[in-house]
Amino acid sequence: MQAAITYLLTKMADDALILGHRNSEWTGLGPIMEEDIAFSSMAQDKIGHALGLYSILHEQYGTPDPDKYAFLREEKDFRCCHLVELPNRAYDFSLMRHFLFDHADALRYEYMAQSSLESLRPFAKKLKGEIKYHTLHANAWLTQLSRAGEDSYGRMQAALDECLPLALGMFEQSSFDTELMEAGIYPGEEKMQAAWLERIYPLLVKCALNMPVPAEPVNGGRHGFHTEHLGPLLDEMGAVFRLDPAANW
Amino acid sequence: MMNNDSLDPRVNRLHLSDAAAPVIVNDGENWNIYEVFHQEKRGAHHEHVGCVHAPSPQLALVFAKEQFGRRKKCVNIWVVRSADIPAFEVEDEDMFANNADKTYRDASGFKVMEKINKYKAQQRGEK
Repeated sequence: MQAAITYLLTKMADDALILGHRNSEWTGLGPIMEEDIAFSSMAQDKIGHALGLYSILHEQYGTPDPDKYAFLREEKDFRCCHLVELPNRAYDFSLMRHFLFDHADALRYEYMAQSSLESLRPFAKKLKGEIKYHTLHANAWLTQLSRAGEDSYGRMQAALDECLPLALGMFEQSSFDTELMEAGIYPGEEKMQAAWLERIYPLLVKCALNMPVPAEPVNGGRHGFHTEHLGPLLDEMGAVFRLDPAANW
Repeated sequence: MMNNDSLDPRVNRLHLSDAAAPVIVNDGENWNIYEVFHQEKRGAHHEHVGCVHAPSPQLALVFAKEQFGRRKKCVNIWVVRSADIPAFEVEDEDMFANNADKTYRDASGFKVMEKINKYKAQQRGEK
């Protein structure tokens, strides 16, 4: 059971860490000042979510301390999905990724708040308001841009076409899923994906965006197979820490 | 005409062309300024804290939350489009010019503390 819980929390935390890092690359380059601050602030929140989960893992499941776990782990031991790894392109891509990811994230924490694993509940409840803002922000932008003329609408649809197969990779299944489901810790990825589609679908309809079909999920991340973009990101993210892993910050 | 591939809307918003041509701002190209009021606790007044610029009231709220509500205590935020706030002109400031002379309108001019203290003492005595 320990291995299954470690897997579950690690994949959630790695998603948050890597997307938090990617989104933070917009800091100072955001489309307008107000959005720059909001997006950077949410990127910081994500790193905080990763830290919270790594801390639970360290204190209760014996993984190395959060900094070491985040900055010294090998690429193949990361459990993040490909969606969060891809470099930023235009802002439409980042917003669509943020929309698709954060609704899934909100659902994960909603389930965690009622998980049979009591140690997860307080953390999940603590993040509720924060994640509520993240989805509110994503929804507001999606609605705004999808209704802002032909060019804008076209770009949001193209971003959705590109992001959806990657987003389906968030729900890649693993051999741990049955164990977690039977213990009432986590409802399993199949159920999560269905709940996620149910949640984003009305919003996409409101924006007149079409769900691309058929969308084959881009899997691999949960099993340690990553895109070529994760390696350079990890090198950069951990560069300062690795200068002296024993230093006191 | 200068062409720029920037993704930054500030760069391309007005399509600045040669100086002689009139600048035409199409509907939706210019964002509004929204004044932001935050509330520190339930029941307290909303206080003006600054402004954001946004394409819609909904996004103004979204921006205001991170701009003015991400530090310290805050329970709610209002946004109001600046253009919707009626105000006096700067030159109308003279309407208020003589206020300082009319001290008889200051509540501080009334000596009531004596009466209040006497009343309080009376109340205590009755209990």
